[in-house]
Amino acid sequence: MESIFFFVVAAVAVISGILVVTCKNPINSALSLVMTFFCLATFYVMLDAPFMAVTQVIVYAGAIMVLIVFVIMLLNVKTETVKRGSHAVISGTVIGVFVLFQTCWFLMKGSMTGQVGVMDKAMVVKSGHVELIGKALFTDFLLPFEITSLLLLAAIIGAVILAKKKI
Amino acid sequence: MFEYVWLIPLFPLIGVVINGLFGKKIKNEMIIGGIASLAVFGSFLVSCGILVQLLGMPGEERHFEKTIFTWIQSGTFKADVGFLIDPLSCVMLMVVTGAGFLIHLYSIGYMHGEEGFYRYFTYLNLFVFSMLLLVTGNNLLLMFVGWEGVGLCSYLLIGYYFHKKSAGDAGKKAFVMNRVGDFGFLLGLFTLFWYMGSTHNVWTINFRELASHADMLPVGGVVTAITLFFFIGATGKSAQIPLYTWLPDAMEGPTPVSALIHAATMVTAGVYMIARMNFIYIKSPTTLLVIACVGAATALFAATIGTAQNDIKRVLAYSTVSQLGYMFLAMGVGAFGAGVFHLMTHAFFKACLFLGSGSVIHAMHHALHHEHSDADPQDMRNMGGLRKKMPITFWTFLIATIAIAGIPGFAGFFSKDEILWQAFSNPHHGEMNIVLWLAGACAAGLTAFYMFRLVFMTFFGKTRLSDKAYHHLHESPFVIVFPLIVLAALSMFGGYLGVPKVLSEFFTGGAFPNYLEHFLDPVFAYSTNFMAHSGHGEGHHSVALEWGLMGGSVLIACGGIAFAWALYIAYPAIPGRIVATFPVLHRAVYNKWYVDEIYDFMIVNPCKAFSNFLWKGFDVVIVDGVVNGVAAVVRGLSGLLRHVQTGLVHNYAFSMALGVVVIVGCYLFR
Amino acid sequence: MLALNNYLIVSAILFAIGTVGVLTRRNAIVIFMCVEMMLNAVNLTFIAFSKYLGNIDGQVFVFFVMTVAAAEAAVGLALMIAFYKNRESIDVEDVNLMKL
Repeated sequence: MESIFFFVVAAVAVISGILVVTCKNPINSALSLVMTFFCLATFYVMLDAPFMAVTQVIVYAGAIMVLIVFVIMLLNVKTETVKRGSHAVISGTVIGVFVLFQTCWFLMKGSMTGQVGVMDKAMVVKSGHVELIGKALFTDFLLPFEITSLLLLAAIIGAVILAKKKI
Repeated sequence: MFEYVWLIPLFPLIGVVINGLFGKKIKNEMIIGGIASLAVFGSFLVSCGILVQLLGMPGEERHFEKTIFTWIQSGTFKADVGFLIDPLSCVMLMVVTGAGFLIHLYSIGYMHGEEGFYRYFTYLNLFVFSMLLLVTGNNLLLMFVGWEGVGLCSYLLIGYYFHKKSAGDAGKKAFVMNRVGDFGFLLGLFTLFWYMGSTHNVWTINFRELASHADMLPVGGVVTAITLFFFIGATGKSAQIPLYTWLPDAMEGPTPVSALIHAATMVTAGVYMIARMNFIYIKSPTTLLVIACVGAATALFAATIGTAQNDIKRVLAYSTVSQLGYMFLAMGVGAFGAGVFHLMTHAFFKACLFLGSGSVIHAMHHALHHEHSDADPQDMRNMGGLRKKMPITFWTFLIATIAIAGIPGFAGFFSKDEILWQAFSNPHHGEMNIVLWLAGACAAGLTAFYMFRLVFMTFFGKTRLSDKAYHHLHESPFVIVFPLIVLAALSMFGGYLGVPKVLSEFFTGGAFPNYLEHFLDPVFAYSTNFMAHSGHGEGHHSVALEWGLMGGSVLIACGGIAFAWALYIAYPAIPGRIVATFPVLHRAVYNKWYVDEIYDFMIVNPCKAFSNFLWKGFDVVIVDGVVNGVAAVVRGLSGLLRHVQTGLVHNYAFSMALGVVVIVGCYLFR
Repeated sequence: MLALNNYLIVSAILFAIGTVGVLTRRNAIVIFMCVEMMLNAVNLTFIAFSKYLGNIDGQVFVFFVMTVAAAEAAVGLALMIAFYKNRESIDVEDVNLMKL
């Protein structure tokens, strides 16, 4: 049951991923990408990470994709009129295939050593995923977490300045 | 006073700095000339103090070394900046600073109104500084610094009138020929240092240390090589065959420069160097013979050329070459003291002669200038009868001429006769002695002839100037004649410092000793002892023979004078007839035996052709070709590589992805 | 429980698709979306490993990746707007000032 569900979701994710690349209209690409993100959120739930799934939907599918769609509409981007040269498409595809091939090769070769941490499904159910993530963020990863706020601040300032009328 | 020896070269250096940096701003000639002259006078005073102190010490202890600082220290090699004071350097100090001061004084008058007045005095002071470094340096390297320094100053001063092409060429010629000699000097230095170090573990170039280890040097062999190398250096600097041709050309410089550098001081550096290293030279009979032969040949050869020159300074230049030949003859027969003695007296009378000729040229120049004539003021054929117009110049010039001709009682007689006697009686060269003496005596006769020819053509007879120009001739100012008077007095009495033993015993019963020889004895003590122990003995000594030779040389000199009188005063038509009878001979002598042309043909032109080949064949084609070729290859390759840099983001992204694939691939398949 | 490799292969496929998109598309916004997809593929890997290794650190990393992606989106889209103002285009082949 679970594996059938997984393969269905995986197929949807891959197909919508391919659509992102192949669609001529950027809006279509963006909507396909939202579909992919939802599939990934489903995977996160299957992987006992409900908080990450929620974040995925809110941040990616919600915030970032809305921003992208907004920009597409703002700039009124037309469909690509001139296709890229076929040799560029072929070489890019070849590279992509190589990447896939190598990654799979890695998976064949690689070996997993099994569970090394203490987190499991029972623990997530017992104390809640949010609490686990929160504890990790505010204890072990406090400094990176705080630095992240600086990164976001810099991004806000950068975005405001870049998007001003005159550069 | 010894402690202040460093002041001697320092004063002229200060003069160089002041005149060199601010001379252009000062403008006032009296201040510039005054600073330069005072600087040399300061050195002269210190030298006098050192001489007095040296005389107050017992003979054996008359040496002093003052090290200022260590200049180079590298492994076993060590060179100090230090000064060596002993009788030899003291004599040289007196000559250099004394004559140097007088000539500085003279230059103030002579160079009056010249463009670049400050430049002249800067160079002159720099020269004095280098020369003092040369004669007081306590090691070979410091001596070499001075040696190069005087060569540089000589070049600068010969080319003083650089807008004249001939002057520039003469400067270059002097520089290049000196460099040839300097190369020999360096080879000698290296060989000596290497030999003493590697064979006897004596790593030193200090003169006194070398002298104290002189016993380690073998007779002949490597020492011959070392001494010959050094002698090549001496032939370059002191204008001996084969490197003498630069000196006559050096007369392109201002006349006081000729007097100071090309007569009194720099050209005697080679003699000084051999005297300084007598302990090495005495070990190589071969080198001594070479030096004696070169010296005698130069003396005779240059004298023959001197008989046919018409330029007053050229005659004196060949005379200088000839007299330097005498000094080398003295060195070559082991009579180091006599050589230094002749060096000193020659400095007096030749400086006097040059300055006198300068005074004549000065007057001639002004006289011809009034007439707007472009006749050569240095050509003796334009002169004549100057005696009445320039009495002081005439008398001082005459005294110096008598001195150089070797008339008894004057300085040149004592020193030249000493050399001739040593050439005849020395224990070194056996049968060759007669030849050496004969060459020397012939040169002495020729010297007397051409010097009096010079005097007769210049000062006697009827003037060959126009009446108007003759009217404008006048005696030179005081600053010019004062040095002449002092130098004439020295040419007259300077010889009494070294009166030969026979004369002293005959006239005063030995009460009037040979001061200079005794003074210099400690310096040459090693050589004297070496000769005494090596069984050569004293050579043949005979009072009667010495008297005979002396009389002979005086007779030859008088004969030369009489011949000159006969040809140029009594029967002035004869020289023309002689020229007409032997046209080939005259042309050869007049053209200096075509030595310059032979050198041009044998050495200069092949060198030029080879250099041209290296330039056009090697440099332009191969070196430039390689350089340009490398550039072209790089340019071509980068032109190809340029296409990789498309400036399109996509292509960079593609390269990056490809790079990732390749790196991961390597990681996978390793 | 599904094998880890299933998730990883899906992740690899998504990553490869993203790579192809980046290399073949000219529209800067589409390229940007492909980059986001690649980031998400990696996020999936992180969370899958986090699950199979029983360690929450991987999820924390995903958290940071999301933050960076948000910042990147803000700045990147601002850049595109600025570029569009100048060139009336967001075609990456018009970004060619470095070209000779």
